[in-house]
Amino acid sequence: MEIIKTHNLTKKFDKLTAVDNVSFSVKKGEIFGFLGPNGAGKTTTIKMLTTLLNPTGGSAEVAGFNIIKQRDMVRQNIGVVFQEPALDIELTGKENLEYHARMYGLSKNKRESRIKDVLQLVDLENKKKVFVKKYSGGMKRRLEIARGLMHYPKVLFLDEPTLGLDSQTRRAIWSYIKKMNMEEGTTIFLTTHYMEEADFLCDRVGIIDYGKILIMDSTLNLKNSVGNDVITLSSQDNEKLAEKLKKEPWIKNIKQYDSFLTLGVEKGEEKIPVIIEIGQSHNIRIKSISVRKPTLDDVFLHFTGRTIRDQENVNPLNNIPRGFRNRGR
Amino acid sequence: MITAELQAIYVMWLRQMKRFMRSKSRIIAAIVQPLFFLVILGGGFSTAELPGVDGNYIYYIAPGIIAMAILFSSMFTGISVLWDKQFGFMQEVLVAPISRFSIVIGRTLGGATTALIQGFMILFIAIALGTPIMGSMGILLTLVFMILIAFTAVGFGLILASRMNDFQGFQIIMNLIIFPLFFLSSAIFPIASNPNLPEIVVKISYINPLFYMVDGLRGSLTGANNLVDPMVNLGIVLIICVIMLSLGSFMFSKSEA
Repeated sequence: MEIIKTHNLTKKFDKLTAVDNVSFSVKKGEIFGFLGPNGAGKTTTIKMLTTLLNPTGGSAEVAGFNIIKQRDMVRQNIGVVFQEPALDIELTGKENLEYHARMYGLSKNKRESRIKDVLQLVDLENKKKVFVKKYSGGMKRRLEIARGLMHYPKVLFLDEPTLGLDSQTRRAIWSYIKKMNMEEGTTIFLTTHYMEEADFLCDRVGIIDYGKILIMDSTLNLKNSVGNDVITLSSQDNEKLAEKLKKEPWIKNIKQYDSFLTLGVEKGEEKIPVIIEIGQSHNIRIKSISVRKPTLDDVFLHFTGRTIRDQENVNPLNNIPRGFRNRGR
Repeated sequence: MITAELQAIYVMWLRQMKRFMRSKSRIIAAIVQPLFFLVILGGGFSTAELPGVDGNYIYYIAPGIIAMAILFSSMFTGISVLWDKQFGFMQEVLVAPISRFSIVIGRTLGGATTALIQGFMILFIAIALGTPIMGSMGILLTLVFMILIAFTAVGFGLILASRMNDFQGFQIIMNLIIFPLFFLSSAIFPIASNPNLPEIVVKISYINPLFYMVDGLRGSLTGANNLVDPMVNLGIVLIICVIMLSLGSFMFSKSEA
């Protein structure tokens, strides 16, 4: 069953098209991720799906309700954890949850037991009476995840759930996300620009860049599309070497970048001597060569021609004032 | 559905109350500043002869200071929507399945309640200092004025908050609009009967909404030194209140997170 379905969803801000004719669907119970650099249109998509922004074109359904015509029904059925913390820091953790529960119309008994449940899920029970302003970044994020779950949402949206957290906390958050997906059967839609996050959490991933989905598949298939193993090498003359290697039938795909080549192959470690031989026979000295299992980074590189880090350095949105940049995300 | 909306209004109200009760510095500042005006300014001028002021100056200034306390406090709550925007809490509220209308009502009630608490504190202090009261009807009418002032100011704060994106604009509005209006409201000294002020200033003071609030409060509380009949004031203030509040809620409901 499809719980999120979009059809040519589009959002334009003046001249900038943040989300460009995006169509995809998310199945009930899965963890689906949007992977892309900052400014790719991830947050804008989430804001449209959570009824905070109106699309300028196309349509979408969340939990069976139209995001424009049935806003309140959509809101009732979703939980959202925003990129920036959205807690009242002057209140305690428990109070934040209580207020949320009241706004979603939970009865008093249900409220109490549910608060206990979700606090247990994110291990914040002993901090519930502490003011949120005294929480660490990771605790705030956990509290927000707990709050997002309070009203038994069918879909939970997580916008960059581990942005700005240290790696230890990030792993903890990951395990909470997995846990709630397993225990509560909540469908999860998340955005991230961390490869390892999408790799670890998601059943399926859509790679998004400049407001368009480039490819969408299971993480396994995406990685396989690059090859079982990835060989990265650099040599004196990458261009000539690439030309020679292209003739070899065992190379699934070959891509040439500024200073290196990547090859998708089977049984990579056996191919290293072969490649060196080919190089020597054409008098091309190979400077470095390595073999590894493909990551989503390779997938991103494969489909966009850039690594995510490259992209961030030349992100054109960096020059735009902050207020606009947030909208463009 | 209706119970859910009522719950939401209650939550918004409760949140403001809790925040107010917990921020001791805010409560102290809210009382101390008007108290200075009342005791030091009022005390200093208490025996001074001012054209248009009958009796002790403290009794003249008391209604003005009560109005000021309510005004600034409610405007602050209206503006505090900006805090919620900046700290992201607004998104949490906007994504909840409750109408924008309930959000505005809850916020307005919360802001008005905290402002009225401060107003009452000043009122009690003023009475303790010997401000004469116009009987029970006068007190009742005073309450009505205080409530109307609170709602009007929250509405104005909401308008500002929907138009502004940061706090820099707030300071400018305070200095360029609120303080001049306050000084031209006859809260601190009578304008109309003052021979030293140019005619134009007197005229402007009559199109100043604050004038009718302060004058109404003065007329109903002490029954002295007011220029306009309190009931006429009441009518004018009521109209201003409805306009401000509806405009404020409308603009708030249009604003995006």
